[in-house]
Amino acid sequence: MSIAVCLGGLKLKNPVLVASGTFGYTEEFKGFVDLNKIGAVISKTITLEPRQGNAPPRVVETPSGMLNSIGLENDGVKHFIVEKLPFLRKLKTQVIASIAGARAAEYAELAKRLDAAGVLAVELNLSCPNLKSHQSPVIPWRAQASHQKNNQLISQDKKATYGVVKAARKMTKGVIIAKLTPNVTDIAEIAKAAEDAGADSVSLVNTFLAMSIDVNSRRPKLGNITGGLSGPAIKPIALRMVWEAAQKVKIPVIGIGGIMTAEDALEFIIAGATAVEVGTANFINPRVSIEIIEGIKGYIRKHKISNIKNLIGSIEIQ
Amino acid sequence: MFCVKVKIISNKKIGQKYFKIRLEAPKIAGEALPGQFVMARISDDYEPLLRRPFSIHRVIGKEIEIFYEIKGKGTEILSKKKAGEYLDVIGPLGNGFDLRRAKGEGRRAIIVAGGMGVAPLTFLAEKLRSIEPRISNFEIAVLLGARTKEQVSCEKEFKNLGCDVKIATDDGSHGFKGRITELLEEILATGYTLTGTGRLYPYGHKQATGKNKKQLAACSLQPAAVVYACGPKPMLKEITRLAECYHIPAWVSLEEYMACGFGACLGCVVQTKNGYKYVCKEGPVFNTEELLP
Repeated sequence: MSIAVCLGGLKLKNPVLVASGTFGYTEEFKGFVDLNKIGAVISKTITLEPRQGNAPPRVVETPSGMLNSIGLENDGVKHFIVEKLPFLRKLKTQVIASIAGARAAEYAELAKRLDAAGVLAVELNLSCPNLKSHQSPVIPWRAQASHQKNNQLISQDKKATYGVVKAARKMTKGVIIAKLTPNVTDIAEIAKAAEDAGADSVSLVNTFLAMSIDVNSRRPKLGNITGGLSGPAIKPIALRMVWEAAQKVKIPVIGIGGIMTAEDALEFIIAGATAVEVGTANFINPRVSIEIIEGIKGYIRKHKISNIKNLIGSIEIQ
Repeated sequence: MFCVKVKIISNKKIGQKYFKIRLEAPKIAGEALPGQFVMARISDDYEPLLRRPFSIHRVIGKEIEIFYEIKGKGTEILSKKKAGEYLDVIGPLGNGFDLRRAKGEGRRAIIVAGGMGVAPLTFLAEKLRSIEPRISNFEIAVLLGARTKEQVSCEKEFKNLGCDVKIATDDGSHGFKGRITELLEEILATGYTLTGTGRLYPYGHKQATGKNKKQLAACSLQPAAVVYACGPKPMLKEITRLAECYHIPAWVSLEEYMACGFGACLGCVVQTKNGYKYVCKEGPVFNTEELLP
């Protein structure tokens, strides 16, 4: 019985990862769980320069979900390598650094520096809905249709996605995972563009662009007006998108979106995901990743599945 | 910091929509400091999804008590929980009130509570009493502010601790009519409590008492009082102003929406003189010197 999986050259002891931005820099969870048991940990998104993030309120609860507009707050790549990486290196689990930039060249630079620092894998955050243009230089491939000017995401455009992945590919021998936004018409073609550019894996979905209003004050509940919706509310849509993408690409797909239980994770795996990322659930139950791993093991045992690989994409459609 | 399922000892209604829930939580009770909080998972289901932050109201042996008001769906569900049921809590979280400055001969603490802001302050008063039991004249003034008489909470608890309790209500139905911060300013400006018992400033400041507010504010004498406060944002903003104006060290407990409570979501930031700080991890108690006016 095996639940080990591979994302390109990255071997994971199990298919459960913790999503970027929901697990801090991992150290925050050491009092709750045995970190070494997690399939892989993904850092909070790192940018070249420090970013102070968005104005509060930054989080708001919604039915079966939450909105966030953190705004990629982080202390920059140098700080990550010097202050955070030493702790992560000691873990007996895979460490993936999430990175974001305004231009392809920034992703390439980040990939290069992290590769040099010995990080084996990067997840390109091509999909944070909280990046604003006044905080980042002009993105040339911006679509005109966006209601919020200057707020187009890289993974809303297949050419842009291709360009960024390609640029990062040139700079690192490590594993590249492209994290995609669900705020598109056809996520499968974006996933294909990432694959064509040399990504080892695609992860989806990031949050859905959303908002919430206080009817008494008539003000948006988030300081940033809009933010990203996550949590169980988005799971069925995320699952559909993962199923679509998994049929289109040959590289492993990582399923993300409202996973709270082992059953949720198994749905994504059966739909075609090689691995899953647990996100919002970490805030509510800091031990959830371990509980999901145990649940998957129990399922595999019960259904006498010798290798989890036999379960991936095993959805039965008449 | 522990993530534990704890037994509900009691969940009692106090007045119209206030409740006190008592939890058997020996680990949390053993470590908790006044000003710290817990994150409670109200439902095993997804409604509400996120945990709710609650100040630790009191620690009684191996038990902790939470004082809450029904505000929304979460507290509504919590109010229906029965003794014997279990509640999933994480805590103690955050940094408590700095008690070092309150220690010592002739010192005095002024506790200011606005509405439900009283929640963490009873624990604080109990702690202050227990760390200074030898000093009989160690005075704790407690200023309780509320909208109406019905909303004034914990008056008896503070009196039982020997605190000098002053009340202010918006409608004047109990105590002073007006804002609690007006009462505080009066105390700070005159150097005396309203009852005239006990000096707020140490010897040497006496000559300053005849001066007007502005002149007083200019005095650089180190006052022997510290202010601890919790309440609505405008009240804490006013206290921040008063603390600067009267050179009084003050700590306030802030509130902000948060998803996790332990520094992972980065949701609960507050703007300070040194940039954004996390209410959950770097707070919830902040020295007013750090805060923006």
